[in-house]
Amino acid sequence: MKVTAQPSADTLTLLLDGELDASSAIVLDTELAKPDILNYRKVLVDCAKLSYISSAGLGVFISHLQRFQDANVKLVFFNMQEKVFNVFEILGLDALMTIVPSAAEAEAA
Amino acid sequence: MKSSLRIACSRSHLQEVRDFVRTYLMGLDLPEITINQVVLAIDEVVANFIIHANGEDETQFLDLELAVAQHELNVEIADHGDTIFLPGAHQSPDLRAYIKEGRKGGMGMALVNRLMDRVEFFTRGNHTVCHLSKHLA
Repeated sequence: MKVTAQPSADTLTLLLDGELDASSAIVLDTELAKPDILNYRKVLVDCAKLSYISSAGLGVFISHLQRFQDANVKLVFFNMQEKVFNVFEILGLDALMTIVPSAAEAEAA
Repeated sequence: MKSSLRIACSRSHLQEVRDFVRTYLMGLDLPEITINQVVLAIDEVVANFIIHANGEDETQFLDLELAVAQHELNVEIADHGDTIFLPGAHQSPDLRAYIKEGRKGGMGMALVNRLMDRVEFFTRGNHTVCHLSKHLA
């Protein structure tokens, strides 16, 4: 699992590459836990190369969501593969998180 | 058609488990979403055994066996550790509360129960065994 951070003005884009499971979730958790992430207005998560997510990966996003909301930082997922979106859907997380199809829609969200 | 894998209780073996299950299922001409759902259910149970039942003790091991007959997939995950691990009755996680609390865990078994047709944990001697099944259309 590789996480690449691309800052640009008030937006931080995180590119996820690989499989997010109970072994690799710590990599993402470390990135989301950085205090200066709350200085951005938006955190966009590019899921194009995220090929797998387990409950441990979902748990990382869930555990930071309230902190982001309290700091008025919007968390937006985009470019999500159908099989990964299906996992969010099965738990009903698609209704609680902002997931859009494209980068353009993520920027506009 | 049967296939089996033995792994030590370390979360670093989860990738190996998923690759093994994917390779097995690839030969069955299933939709990608179905393959991912089965892989996920097995990954969640194996992660629970490794982390919660065995405390990531690498001297302990798990045996995984997959079998398909008449469009029915049967999965057995046998924990050879000495801790009996029987997850409680399945409850739907309150995700809004989880978000508010900043909670990381508690969704794995809910996922497994929604992904598979049957989920059973039972004891064999002083070990725990999990049996999962799913009808493959």
